[in-house]
Amino acid sequence: MTYVIIGAGPAGVVAAETLAKTDPSGDVVLIGGEPEAPYSRMAIPYVLTGIIDHGGTHLRKAIGHYENRGITLRQARAERVDPAAKTVHLEGGGSQAYDKLLIATGARPIKPPVPGLDLPGVHHCWTLADCREIEKLAHKDAHVVLMGAGFIGCIILESLVERGVKLAVVEAQDRMVPRMMNETAGNLIKDWCQAKGIDVHTGTMVTQIADRAAGDEDKLLVDLDSGKQLPAHLVVVAAGVKSNIDFLDGTGIDTGDGILVDDHLRTSVTDIYAAGDCAQGPDFGGGFNVHAIQPTSTEHGRIAALNMAGRDTPYQGSLNMNVLDTAGLISTSFGDWQGGAGTESAEVLDAATFKYLRLNFKDDVLVGALSLGRTDHMGVVRGLIQNRTPLGPWKDKLMAEPHRIMDAYVAHAYA
Amino acid sequence: MLKALNIDPGKCTGCLQCELACSYENEGLFNPAKSRIKVFNFHDQGRFVPYTCTQCDEAWCMHACPVDAITVNRATGAKEVNDNLCVGCKVCTIACPFGTVNYNSATGKVIKCDLCGGDPECAKACPTDAITYVDADWTGLDKMRQWAAKTDAGNTGTGQQAAH
Repeated sequence: MTYVIIGAGPAGVVAAETLAKTDPSGDVVLIGGEPEAPYSRMAIPYVLTGIIDHGGTHLRKAIGHYENRGITLRQARAERVDPAAKTVHLEGGGSQAYDKLLIATGARPIKPPVPGLDLPGVHHCWTLADCREIEKLAHKDAHVVLMGAGFIGCIILESLVERGVKLAVVEAQDRMVPRMMNETAGNLIKDWCQAKGIDVHTGTMVTQIADRAAGDEDKLLVDLDSGKQLPAHLVVVAAGVKSNIDFLDGTGIDTGDGILVDDHLRTSVTDIYAAGDCAQGPDFGGGFNVHAIQPTSTEHGRIAALNMAGRDTPYQGSLNMNVLDTAGLISTSFGDWQGGAGTESAEVLDAATFKYLRLNFKDDVLVGALSLGRTDHMGVVRGLIQNRTPLGPWKDKLMAEPHRIMDAYVAHAYA
Repeated sequence: MLKALNIDPGKCTGCLQCELACSYENEGLFNPAKSRIKVFNFHDQGRFVPYTCTQCDEAWCMHACPVDAITVNRATGAKEVNDNLCVGCKVCTIACPFGTVNYNSATGKVIKCDLCGGDPECAKACPTDAITYVDADWTGLDKMRQWAAKTDAGNTGTGQQAAH
């Protein structure tokens, strides 16, 4: 049995390890497209802050980790998949035969249709190669413009601030982190950033980036639709990501936002599975969604591998959750954080100290939450949501005092 | 045989000696806010519940870590954070459904119970045997473990994970 995995991110690596452990007689081939050891994109901002070196991003640190488990690493890019011949065709002419295939090709940054994004000094912050370019340019007091204040943008923001650059952030939506934070929390994050000396432009579009032909190091000029112009030594583009699925056109694999997979992480084509940021899988809250987050990628990787190896393992669905540190202000979001029809919400806000907590309930079950300025025990929010714990009398207590969430949890799980 | 912390809330008087011992052992200061074990006070019931990591088999924290910074200590079974590798991304703090991994802003790293390498200070400091360190099979943590198994993303139906 030859198991082939396309993509050497967290989903691919966990799948390879799980396959090697579950079916020791099988061959496991892990194909990665970049000339690096399998690494974590999530860790790149911490290279920029100097907490770790490039090797610190590697998903596994032990020497011989893959070889010792019988996992073959192959550096190549998949060009197309031929399900009839059970073969992956690789760029440059090679191929790889498979019995069972896992697609874990992740996502790539979106390049918005803005003139000038190909100029020198404009970079995504997605690969280690991008990281090396940003390290060269983002020196102390350099003028840097960050396009996008979403989740990834804000992680990059933190690392650029740590490097001491003079930072301007441009976000098209009306608030920061619009897909993870509501208006209250998103605006508090903006206030926090501005108080830290970051120039934040929300509800603003970059219309073009031009070569400034200046005598100083700021070779770029960023035009905003507000009429402002920002000279820049570096522009970092973090305008969202999309699943890497284009290479599957013509294979018969059903796709939506990502590759559609069932509760066993199977695609619509026999013996082909998908996991991680490229997969649109069962959502714990109902339906099928792409949850491009670390916990989902490792869960997908493990469960897809178990099913590939013949262990019938249904997936109960991924819970969307994020934790973000924006220049020292920590925020989290879980599940149905927006609430709305059919849900009840409890909120506690202290804007002066940047503390906020919002809990959303369906009947007496927690279904979502948002927090700002709170780090202790936030994991129990996941536990309460994913266990669908009936809170009983604690529901009313939490409606009155949301900050007692940990008490509610301890009372149910452990008392 | 592996040993585990056994917590009997009925014996806890809320004296917080465990929190002080934990923070002193691990952070070098007597500060309950830096303790990895927490005593919850249910005023209305006059009840105290000490609470910390169970070193669960599912180890969500370990599997969620993007940089291999959490590993199992084979001697104690504890899931331990390697400060040299931890980048402080905090994903483990939301992935752990028990809420027992927390972020320490003073160090920029996460902290969790590591059983003090096999000689837990909280158990030694507890004057009423509400916290004891005993053979893992004897502990009263089953209820919590069952609760944990329900959170497991891929449940094989036996309540056990098929593999990690």
